[in-house]
Amino acid sequence: MKQVSLPEATSYQQMAKTQEEKRSVVTNVLRAFLVGGLISLLGQGLMWMYETFFGFTEKNASNPTVATLVFLSVLLTALGHYDKLGQWAGAGATVPVTGFANTMASTALDFRSEGLVLGVGGNMFKMAGPVIVFGVVSAFIIALIKTIWQLLV
Amino acid sequence: MRQGRTWVFLKRPGIIAHVAVGGPKEKEGPLAQDYHKVYDDVYLGKKSYEEAERQLLIDAVALALRQAQLTRDEIDVFLSGDLLAQNITASFAARSLGRPFLGIHGACSVSMEGLALAASLVDSGYALRVMTGTASHNLAAERTYRYPTEYGAQKPPTAQWTVTGAGVGIVSLEPTPLIIRAATVGRVIDMGLIDPLNMGAAMAPAAFETIMTHLNDLGRTAKDYDLIVTGDLGKIGRNLLLEMLHKESIPFEEERLLDAGLMIYHPEQEVFAGASGTASSATVFYGHLLNQMERGLIDRLMMVATGALMSPTTFQQGESIPTIAHAVTVERMEGS
Repeated sequence: MKQVSLPEATSYQQMAKTQEEKRSVVTNVLRAFLVGGLISLLGQGLMWMYETFFGFTEKNASNPTVATLVFLSVLLTALGHYDKLGQWAGAGATVPVTGFANTMASTALDFRSEGLVLGVGGNMFKMAGPVIVFGVVSAFIIALIKTIWQLLV
Repeated sequence: MRQGRTWVFLKRPGIIAHVAVGGPKEKEGPLAQDYHKVYDDVYLGKKSYEEAERQLLIDAVALALRQAQLTRDEIDVFLSGDLLAQNITASFAARSLGRPFLGIHGACSVSMEGLALAASLVDSGYALRVMTGTASHNLAAERTYRYPTEYGAQKPPTAQWTVTGAGVGIVSLEPTPLIIRAATVGRVIDMGLIDPLNMGAAMAPAAFETIMTHLNDLGRTAKDYDLIVTGDLGKIGRNLLLEMLHKESIPFEEERLLDAGLMIYHPEQEVFAGASGTASSATVFYGHLLNQMERGLIDRLMMVATGALMSPTTFQQGESIPTIAHAVTVERMEGS
């Protein structure tokens, strides 16, 4: 019987890399642009609607606009469509505010089986948490830089 | 009897009952006819995915008992494991079975781990009848290991789709054409791969090592087998396994070295690189493959269940993926 040996770890890693199917960057970027753009276009349309028909100003029309987009995203998440959209559109579905709503809604849905308080309440920010933490941290750093700049100049 | 690292069973322990059950997506796949029961609802009418996974195993256990015309009390030991924390699916199914139970773990390799142990317990006389099996559920695995089930993150083409299903078998010395000949317990192999969304590539070397050990210990070549079937390497893992075999110039036929992860779904069912999960090897083996053996279409089969032994914690701590594979040879014996 022939004695066989496993390949070296480094050469196997190289071998594994060549087998990996690559996602086409061009298609992915185009899809993200299309879907992300359409979501933003919808947002712009909603904003005009709130300004024209509901008496909002340009400044505060973004509030009902975001609320509507969040509602639509939560609805699509609950109906089981947003994950499919995300698979197709990639960042186009995750970067807009609808993506943020999806992280919270999907986590809330998932943890419903563990109860409202410890399940939904305790886990709802599990995926969204990092976005909030680093959003606040980076806002603080930018504010700090701005303040120091204004003191010096 | 020990032969190298391989256990050779002399008293002809056999599989006297075998059951596979599948979920709604599995029902749409090419092996639809091979399941003993299929479900249309991913929840199986239960409140959570964990409960649904448990029900898959409980149902498969009941069907196996019925098939062998046994009562629960006639099972000496139940060997089972699964993918959820603390092996809850196996333990809770054992609770309803009410028989002596050993929880085992080997990630997706657990189906053959259980069968090898079952055969050795029966062969050595410590048990007359051993039941072994496992279940996995796509959505229970998703929420445990990846993201919330409705989360819109994009998965790479290297990812795999966890099978919703269960496979159960009963091993004893009673007459059956399905004889368990030998088993090789795998070593833990780690090639330093770190991507949990490309587990097929991580597991292929473990499959290679176990297959070669099994063949060498038994003094056989791949050509002595009608089929060698790996558990859940998927497209990428299988390609890598074939490449390793070619590099070592091992003679084999590609169409006789299959992967269960590539048999469960049609290509248009969009499962990325293929199926995975403990039920990948278990449903294909306890359903399709043993059915084919009973019909006389396969005489000698080597089933190699592969498992990735990392957890979300080890992955986040930057560890690589340790993997394992266990092989069992089953032979068809007329009139035994």
